[in-house]
Amino acid sequence: MTSRELFVAFSTIVTKEIRRFTRIWGQTLLPPAITMTLYFIIFGNLIGSRIGEMGGFNYMEYIVPGLIMMSVITNSYGNVVSSFYSTKFQRNIEELLVSPIPYWVILSGYVLGGVSRGLAVGFIVTMLSLFFTDLQIHNIGITVSIVFLTAVLFALGGFINAVFANSFDDISIVPTFILTPLTYLGGVFYSISLLPDFWQGVSMLNPILYMVNTFRYGILGVSDINILFAYGMILLFIVVLFSVSLHLLKSGKGIRS
Amino acid sequence: MTTALSINNLRKVYDNGFEALKGISLQVEEGDFFALLGPNGAGKSTTLGIVSSLVNKTEGSVSVFGHDMERELSKAKKCLGVVPQEFNFNMFEKVIDIIVTQAGYYGIPLNEARERAEFYLRKLGLWEKRNERARMLSGGMKRRLMIARALIHNPRLLILDEPTAGVDIELRRSMWEFLQEINAAGTTIILTTHYLEEAESLCRNIAIIDHGTIVQDTSMRELLLQLNTETFILDVNPPLQSKPRLNGYTCELLDDHTLEVEVEREQGLNAIFQALETQGIQVSSMRNKANRLEELFVSLVDKNLAQEKA
Repeated sequence: MTSRELFVAFSTIVTKEIRRFTRIWGQTLLPPAITMTLYFIIFGNLIGSRIGEMGGFNYMEYIVPGLIMMSVITNSYGNVVSSFYSTKFQRNIEELLVSPIPYWVILSGYVLGGVSRGLAVGFIVTMLSLFFTDLQIHNIGITVSIVFLTAVLFALGGFINAVFANSFDDISIVPTFILTPLTYLGGVFYSISLLPDFWQGVSMLNPILYMVNTFRYGILGVSDINILFAYGMILLFIVVLFSVSLHLLKSGKGIRS
Repeated sequence: MTTALSINNLRKVYDNGFEALKGISLQVEEGDFFALLGPNGAGKSTTLGIVSSLVNKTEGSVSVFGHDMERELSKAKKCLGVVPQEFNFNMFEKVIDIIVTQAGYYGIPLNEARERAEFYLRKLGLWEKRNERARMLSGGMKRRLMIARALIHNPRLLILDEPTAGVDIELRRSMWEFLQEINAAGTTIILTTHYLEEAESLCRNIAIIDHGTIVQDTSMRELLLQLNTETFILDVNPPLQSKPRLNGYTCELLDDHTLEVEVEREQGLNAIFQALETQGIQVSSMRNKANRLEELFVSLVDKNLAQEKA
């Protein structure tokens, strides 16, 4: 395919993905908006006012970056896992497999679709947070780049989950039993400096901690971890997951007999 | 003449150990209307699945218009249009969106995709349904939608896996006309079907596959010449009480107005009419008991089964 044809094919997949999650906005965009508003009210306003400061900021200011990042992570992951699995389940993945689109374009299209939903939800949650606090962005470059890279990483994770999934139950196992606990324990609601040394060490093994803290650094200018190390780790994970996803697509795992 | 599809020593063993294809080879020339027939589970869909990149092969090679599917996959796929046996589009999408999206996968820009979609949807009688969700279409319309989708990038080779399954006879005939039209315009067509009259009336060349091997690969004319005996049903007047005398022919009286006669290829039909006329019996109409290709197909498959058992 020529580069122009590749671009048309890529934008077709991305457009289809965006059309899908905007068509069912009541299932994709509205629930995180409601959930995060409840977090802001309960944890930020009602409980947060009794907690006092954390990392030099009031509790509401402290948790807003974490909650935005949590929305981005779950939605970029959720979009690709549900969309690609449905495509497999309905067999319309065959429309893509018979076409001349290279596998890396198929993968990139689905990933950008997931990133789009992650960023859309992240934007909505950010707008809602403005009703509860003033957001002063410390470093726009870090804020935007880390949220984008995190969305890419979890979109790739969602893709791999979808490839291995054999039922709709399988697409909720990872988000429920792995993603949510890691996110909650990844410094969304607290600074790991509050933990005993041992648990601080354990927390440092949680990759989501690095993403949440880097994003928090972009907004508030405070972080529990080394920002450069976080970027390096995220980029490494992206390269590894992209390569694994591409290999799975090429080998036809779960999509070709 | 260019070879549209070349399959060499193609073998497929599924994960459960079942050998669906045992090293088949097949050539389909450009412009052909080719039938790939076989009983259920013979290996037809596996063969077409490998050609369409939906099934991984175990061994062998496939090339489409000279493009090897390992070395020039993208070029080979561009030449191919595939109409699968099962509905495989998103049932919740609109008809027009399904077609235009598929065009996008082939790198066709949106404006051109819309023009082509209109052409094929009008041609296949689906234009009025363009804004309907696919799940709202009837079975026949869904089949036509898959044909329109497969043609959107103007493929040189169209593969149809039982395109008329479950389609009523009127619609089936209109689909035949459409397929003949695009074949006459230069598109090579490979068809699998369980309606043998469909294969006989549409296809010029034929391969019969059974238990993963090709048992026949010839022209339709050559194949039909292999038929040694044909069975005819004659409607006769006046009513008969017993079998008429037809020397050299095997005949059976089905009821007082209906006679079944087996005719060897070298025997011809004139002697039957003469013999009946001398006995005061008129033939009001005559038809084949079964489709000629069907008789051959059954005998070839039975023969192959007997050989396998031996």
